[in-house]
Amino acid sequence: MSRETYVNIALALLLLAIPFAALQWGSPFYVTLATRMAILALAAVGLNLALGLGGLVSFGHAAFFGVGGYAAGILASHAFNMQPLNLGIVSFAGTNSMLVIWLVAILVAGLLALLIGLISLRTSGVYFIMITLAFAQMTYYFAISWPAYGGEDGLSILVRNQFPGINTMVPLSFFLLCYGVLIAVLILFAFLRDSRFGAALQASRQNEVRVASVGIAPFRIRLAAFVLSGMITALAGALYADLNRFVSPSMMSWHMSGEFIVLIVLGGVGRLYGPVAGAMLFVMVEFLLGGMTDRWQFFLGLGLLAVVLFARGGIVGALAGKVRHG
Amino acid sequence: MSSALLIEQLLNGLQLGVMLFLMAAGLTLIFGVMGLINLAHGSLYMVGAFACAWVSAQTGSFWIGLAASLAAAAAMGALVEILVIRRLYKRDHLDQVLATFALILIFSEGTRYLFGSVPLYLNVPPELAGFVVLSGGSRYQLYRLAIIGVGIAVAIGLWLLISKTRLGMRIRAGESDREMIGALGVDIRTLYTIVFALGAALAGFAGAMVGALQSVQVGMGEPVLILAFVVIVIGGIGSIKGALVGAILVGLIDTMGRFLVPQIFALFMGTSQAATAGAAVASMLIYIVMAIILAVRPQGLFAGAR
Repeated sequence: MSRETYVNIALALLLLAIPFAALQWGSPFYVTLATRMAILALAAVGLNLALGLGGLVSFGHAAFFGVGGYAAGILASHAFNMQPLNLGIVSFAGTNSMLVIWLVAILVAGLLALLIGLISLRTSGVYFIMITLAFAQMTYYFAISWPAYGGEDGLSILVRNQFPGINTMVPLSFFLLCYGVLIAVLILFAFLRDSRFGAALQASRQNEVRVASVGIAPFRIRLAAFVLSGMITALAGALYADLNRFVSPSMMSWHMSGEFIVLIVLGGVGRLYGPVAGAMLFVMVEFLLGGMTDRWQFFLGLGLLAVVLFARGGIVGALAGKVRHG
Repeated sequence: MSSALLIEQLLNGLQLGVMLFLMAAGLTLIFGVMGLINLAHGSLYMVGAFACAWVSAQTGSFWIGLAASLAAAAAMGALVEILVIRRLYKRDHLDQVLATFALILIFSEGTRYLFGSVPLYLNVPPELAGFVVLSGGSRYQLYRLAIIGVGIAVAIGLWLLISKTRLGMRIRAGESDREMIGALGVDIRTLYTIVFALGAALAGFAGAMVGALQSVQVGMGEPVLILAFVVIVIGGIGSIKGALVGAILVGLIDTMGRFLVPQIFALFMGTSQAATAGAAVASMLIYIVMAIILAVRPQGLFAGAR
């Protein structure tokens, strides 16, 4: 096994150990903190597929995160009010089942990512960054100005949605559910990265012309990666809504998109466990600094600046050394 | 819907467009010359507004405040360029996005630390506090008209600066071939600092002028920054002409959309429904326009130097 594999296993075990240790030491709050780490890591794993492997710097993944969150919030509120969700031609009953919510979140976000990707992937570089940002802002303003689901005030989920065989209201059970989803998606990510699709995606980041000249259309590979990436982030959004039992447009704000990029760069761009390491560090720093000073974002900014300017490669890069990818 | 109201909304759209041009011109200049994407441009807008509000409150004169906002934003821009931005020119866009995102956090919290979370208020200068009577009898704020005039003057000044002066010649040379202009003996580092400070001053100027129309608070630059991104994506990154056309287009579409779309929707649905659906669609209108323009011309209306 490579050094990176050992680092990955250590990171996975460390995240798993946090809630158990927290309960052991009688501070159950840390279970929620660990759940937050797992969910943000999941969102960033989604972005890592587009950004890390495909080199697509999307500054708009908060849109998919928010779509996932609203899928959970809207379906749960319709289930609670016993009113069907009317879409003009068809109407659905609301639901409390996480499995259905996840499916809806993934499908809707996939469709949105397809539309955004079709337009924004025609461009590259700075254009792509700005256009993904602009589209995410569009969904943000839509969520704010659409009053049916709380508008700017957001939407509460009164009871956490249900998963067969698990009492999701128990913090540890909910953590294990999120952790399980994270590990499953990481396995999927590793599988995709090593597949023919992953090879084509990484090659189109490194040399687009060469990929095109061997008969693979980079646009379609990128579009597929972008859609998959949005779907994973939406799944994280649905879990995040259930964690807080609340969704609001702030899930779609551009600060959220920026945070996802920060998580990836802190952890290590394109690394399998980069988002996990980044999310663990970020949530920890946010919690510790937030406890010390109201101005923690100031120090976060300074730290981030220092990382970008002086410490490239992220945590996984520092622990596991350089990667072979160029 | 009276014609006076329509003219008023058109002028509001023009005023928004002119403000957006001041932001977008700096952004597109910085990208064109240095190849840098600067998310912290909205923070410089905020710096200008705060400097103007604070100095005006201390001295009692809006005009001294306005001058202070130009100086503060330009100085802050130069400082940030020398300390941070300079190290980012050779980095990829991901690093630039992250570092300037970090700068936003620092600027926002720093400003909150200095001025607190309560918004500052900036009054319209007494010389411009009056109203102008439009045809049709309605009144329009003189100050907003002045903003439009100043914005157009700045656009002409910028065009003269870039096309007629020695500095402008160097900026254009920097856009097309930075190695060559360095080899010809132009101090490229100083040139970059000047361009960045110029962009910052334009943003600060915009912030100060808009500050008199709305409250001066932390985070005020972010919505404007994102609109300015839409502007330069539509206009073509690196093109000042594109920024001007894009800014006027975005300003007019956004303002007229918010005004007209609910009224159009009211023609075939209930009033309250039309108001909510119309507001939701209007808030997305410029992004839809951007998508359509990009679908036809991915490089923007006026493809710039690169």
